[in-house]
Amino acid sequence: MTVELQEASKVVRGITHIKPTSLVLETGHFNVLLGQTGAGKTSLIKLMAGLDPLASGKIFMDGQDVSRLSTQKRNISLVHQFFVNYPQMTVFDNIASPLRVAGMAKSELEARVQEAADILQLGPMLNRRPQELSGGQQQRCALARAIAKESRAVFLDEPLANLDYKLREELREQLPELFAGRGAVVVYATSEPEEALLLGGHTALMDGGVVTQFGPTAEIYRHPTTLTAARVFSDPPINAAQITKTGTQARLATGVTWQMSGAAANLSDGTYTVAIRPHHVLPVQNAPQDVALNGIVQVTELSGSESSAHFQMGQDGWVSLTHGVHPYQVGEDHRFYMDTSKAFYFAPDGSLVA
Amino acid sequence: MKTENQRAWFFVLPVLALVAFNALIPIMTVVNYSVQETFGNNVFFWQGLDWFEQILRSERFHAALGRQFLFTFLILIIEVPLGIIVALSMPRQGMWVPVCLVTMALPMLIPWNVVGSMWNIFTLPNIGLLGYFLNDVVGLNYDMTQQPISAWVTIVVMDVWHWTSLVVLLSYAGLVSIPDAYYQAAKIDGASPWKVFRYIQLPKMKTVLTIAVLLRFMDSFNIYTEPFVLTGGGPGNSTTLLSIDLVKIALGQFDLGPAAAMSLIYFAITLLVSWLFYTLMTKDDAQ
Repeated sequence: MTVELQEASKVVRGITHIKPTSLVLETGHFNVLLGQTGAGKTSLIKLMAGLDPLASGKIFMDGQDVSRLSTQKRNISLVHQFFVNYPQMTVFDNIASPLRVAGMAKSELEARVQEAADILQLGPMLNRRPQELSGGQQQRCALARAIAKESRAVFLDEPLANLDYKLREELREQLPELFAGRGAVVVYATSEPEEALLLGGHTALMDGGVVTQFGPTAEIYRHPTTLTAARVFSDPPINAAQITKTGTQARLATGVTWQMSGAAANLSDGTYTVAIRPHHVLPVQNAPQDVALNGIVQVTELSGSESSAHFQMGQDGWVSLTHGVHPYQVGEDHRFYMDTSKAFYFAPDGSLVA
Repeated sequence: MKTENQRAWFFVLPVLALVAFNALIPIMTVVNYSVQETFGNNVFFWQGLDWFEQILRSERFHAALGRQFLFTFLILIIEVPLGIIVALSMPRQGMWVPVCLVTMALPMLIPWNVVGSMWNIFTLPNIGLLGYFLNDVVGLNYDMTQQPISAWVTIVVMDVWHWTSLVVLLSYAGLVSIPDAYYQAAKIDGASPWKVFRYIQLPKMKTVLTIAVLLRFMDSFNIYTEPFVLTGGGPGNSTTLLSIDLVKIALGQFDLGPAAAMSLIYFAITLLVSWLFYTLMTKDDAQ
């Protein structure tokens, strides 16, 4: 099973929502659409689902051109960020609703609903109404409907965004299992880089209505081809600053210098943008070649077992992320160490050069 | 140490005073009249429940009550579905939305007795635009001043014209608050327009519809001004609804005692039916 976009674009009242995009999404793993709010994730999903018309290009499912097919005939499922269930129907009827429309025989329908309900632990709640369920259960009901339908493609549009932390983690762990071996192409939209990494599979980075990069998630994380891609795929945000390269020396506006190595050393002289993930900027020195950065701590955050510090150095704000609880004082002059071997270098047009 | 005193009661006083002036005292005045006989000069004679008995046994009251229920029934059965249909066919976005909303709101902004006068002039046979049209162009025999049926059709149509907008606006508010996601889910399932209405729009409109039905019930059950101006309760007594009859007894005949008793019965019926409606329409939510 595949979903393939060929130069598909979407224009609403003269405004381009999706620029011509080509993409092949396959079954067997999650296809994550990662991008910030407004990047076009939902627009792209609605396009694939047939909820919005194509302005140009084509969409294929399993090689069949579905560009002009109605949503219903495409045989897809969609789970929203909000918990969308039919308010007057019981959980059973909610899960069964697409099967009933398809005219499925009663015995098969009941078996399918029961199976989906069991997988999502809704067995005891089949006779309740959605509003009598908790948020997590309501979303599980929506997921059960998608599973029972056995559609060709399942679109999950930030399905966990409205759940609280614990439930989100729990359901996120279950999600890949739920759809494993079902044959459907699973598309999962999220704005959280962490979710993309946890769900694995393939990731399509989206920005400004266009897919900027697509491939196996880990690969994209390791090799963002543009500065935007690097920015989208980093939380806390990736540190980026202008450098001037002379010979093999890189120099920040604040005067900090270091020796560039590997492919970066061979770049022609000029200005570049260095980008380095927050966890490669640490409050302690690990290796002698680490580059010292002096900054004034502005904000500190503790999250679980990690500490982050936002510090100001010259014109630029930087972020450092380290394991353990690090005692920062806001306003203090702190020295951080940057592992420049982990840095990305981007040309002024934003493309990766080293 | 927690201080205990009765000071909290002082904070309740303003609301007590307000309720007293606004509801309690007027109602008690009516109760006062309903159990006594007066000939003016502030002289009262105790009557007990005589007036209530008289009203409840009175044919005239039964007839007016019957007309009242018929009128309200017609109003609800026409205005609620019609309001929903109009709301469903209104645009949800674009430049026509404000145009539709203002057009809908217009009838409700017109003072009630003006509505009555307007429709009176409009429907007068031979000189009113509609009256002339129906009689002399269409060839119907229409005269709301002479024929009970014509009079009824006219007051019902007038009320539909005046108040369907309320149901429309409330239903519309309920409709636009439904997230797009629900329609998308229905589209994905391939649900028919009827199923979308039955399982998404209607349930989501339920709260506002409850309010709409209650408001339309209370308003139509207590209606006075428009039919009074339009037909004055006639021809004969054919459009003498409860409140018109009440005013005839109280001010026309100056029978304050029976009128007061009738007011209380009238009030009790309105309250009871409203409660019934509310209980029936919200019983699903109570689980």
